[in-house]
Amino acid sequence: MPRLSYRRALTRALADEMTRDESVFLLGEDIRVAAAGVTTGLLKKFGPERVLDTPLSEQAFTSFATGAALAGARPVIEFQIPSLLFLVFEQIVNHAHKFPLMTGGQCAVPVTYLVPGSGSRTGWAGQHSDHPYSLFAHVGVTTVVPATPADAYGLLVSAIRCDDPVVVFAPAGALDVRDDVTDLAPVPLGRGIVRRPGADVTVVAVGHLVHDALAVADELAGQVSVEVFDPRTLYPFDWDGLLDSVSRTGRLVVVDDSNRSCGIAGEIIATVVERVALAAPPRRVTRPDGAVLPFAPALDRAVQPGRDQLTAAIQLTCKDG
Amino acid sequence: MTGPDPVGLYRTVRLIRRFEERAIALVDAGEIVGGIHPYLGQEGVAAGVCAALRPADLVTGTHRGHGHVLAKGADPARMLAELCGRVTGLNRGRGGSMHAADFGVGVLGANAIVGAAGAILTGAVWARRRRGDDVVGATFFGDGAVNEGMLLEAFNLAALWRVPVLFVCENNGYATTMPVEGAVAGTIAGRAAAFGMPATAVDGQDPEKVREVTAAAVARMRAGGGPELVEARTYRFDAHHTFEHRVRLDYRPPEEVAAARLRDPVLIQGARLPAEARAAVDAEVEATLAAAVDFALAGPAPDSATALDHLYASGLTARTGGG
Repeated sequence: MPRLSYRRALTRALADEMTRDESVFLLGEDIRVAAAGVTTGLLKKFGPERVLDTPLSEQAFTSFATGAALAGARPVIEFQIPSLLFLVFEQIVNHAHKFPLMTGGQCAVPVTYLVPGSGSRTGWAGQHSDHPYSLFAHVGVTTVVPATPADAYGLLVSAIRCDDPVVVFAPAGALDVRDDVTDLAPVPLGRGIVRRPGADVTVVAVGHLVHDALAVADELAGQVSVEVFDPRTLYPFDWDGLLDSVSRTGRLVVVDDSNRSCGIAGEIIATVVERVALAAPPRRVTRPDGAVLPFAPALDRAVQPGRDQLTAAIQLTCKDG
Repeated sequence: MTGPDPVGLYRTVRLIRRFEERAIALVDAGEIVGGIHPYLGQEGVAAGVCAALRPADLVTGTHRGHGHVLAKGADPARMLAELCGRVTGLNRGRGGSMHAADFGVGVLGANAIVGAAGAILTGAVWARRRRGDDVVGATFFGDGAVNEGMLLEAFNLAALWRVPVLFVCENNGYATTMPVEGAVAGTIAGRAAAFGMPATAVDGQDPEKVREVTAAAVARMRAGGGPELVEARTYRFDAHHTFEHRVRLDYRPPEEVAAARLRDPVLIQGARLPAEARAAVDAEVEATLAAAVDFALAGPAPDSATALDHLYASGLTARTGGG
């Protein structure tokens, strides 16, 4: 069975979609030499007309992609650094996202924003270590955070085919995951998956944290039966899938690499408690409020959600009620 | 028509002038909510530039954008209906004055974020040409926009990739109330020079001169030249926004406004026509706008249940906000 890395799954998705659809093209910084290791081989295969190295002009090339999409192309932008999304939030939210409604449905803006290496890369400090997926869910831009190579492939393919802007966060903590993958296929946007069935508590884990949640669930096996739910898409969220899980377990813990205030964990908990009477108060494990990742490795780790915190949250939630 | 057409140019400036006057009356009557940014005085720029473009060419406008949309060929009746927030409007009542768009005539939208549209238009023209379509673009912006980083990034990208976009700076002397000399270090043309882009200054009050300059630039661009900049020196006869009709802001000497009004693009172009030809155009414009007002006011207001229609082109539906 072929072992596929998460990073190579992204490459395959780009190559397959570029082959399938002439209107797909890539742009970004240093993508011809594949500095981020995702666009490897694509320049040779598709040529410089479809693999555009841009100057360091994030705002202009993000809106350039919006314009190209308005004219019928399907651009994929690679952002080298997750924090660059703050710089282009205006271009994505105020233009790409708003154009279809503001024009009364005259246009579509099918742009994919691919962020390989989102979140902490350890040692990249304050301005290279953000994980701003909750911001995009908040403004209503389709947002996916694949955890596995198969989902990295399938969600990126679906993002490119989507007629709306989609942000694809490929967490640094998942980029080196390898899996046995037999069948590469599109994964529908907006559909979560139960990664591990369990009876006592539902743990919602986002992106690379799915792997931490699975490890913790293994460690706790025998004490607590943990169900791990991977939403895969944060906006639109698979509320039906999650409610189905929580209705069975009656308990909820969320682990999310966002800052605590207004992070997606808060939205997940709020929506669940609006709909389900839980057996115990739900808990969340997140970055602290207002987190800026400090440089020193121990400090960097200290502000990210960790397995110990998740274990404690699960145990407390299962003790209550 | 891209050659000289004095009657056509006059028709456009006259249409924009009377459209704006009608729109201001509708603001005063409460039929247009939120007010407008009147284009009065600047008509010659939109008219002259668009007269040098083909129907397939692409345009983006600004918050002061009615003239751009009309000059590129949008239906005044549907434009006015849009300003009145009716489903019969260009944007089905979803955009209003600052976002009026008509993709059918190549208007990819007025854009209310200053300096934002240049990169969008550059990408659109690039993508259309990549498909083999022989199109160029013109993106309008004011003197305020030349201090926006994203516009300067767009200059660089368009020049670097030789995308045939005409950057049209409508220098009306003020960014809201900020005079150019208080905001612009260096010169507007100097910004173009920094990116190796040819820049031409033109009297924006003379529609024919704007058309000539644009036609020459567009010919160079169609022949494979890169982007160019035109600085049209113009003047806004009325307020930055109609709220100024109620709240007087003191930033332009009255004598400056009075002197500027003497160079009226509608009169300048009108003087090139025989009186009877001018009268015929005037009558035609009045009839068009009378029908446009009737059409706009007769259009139904949108049903509030459809408030988030068109939010997602993919068909995704958003959760509602109620408890």
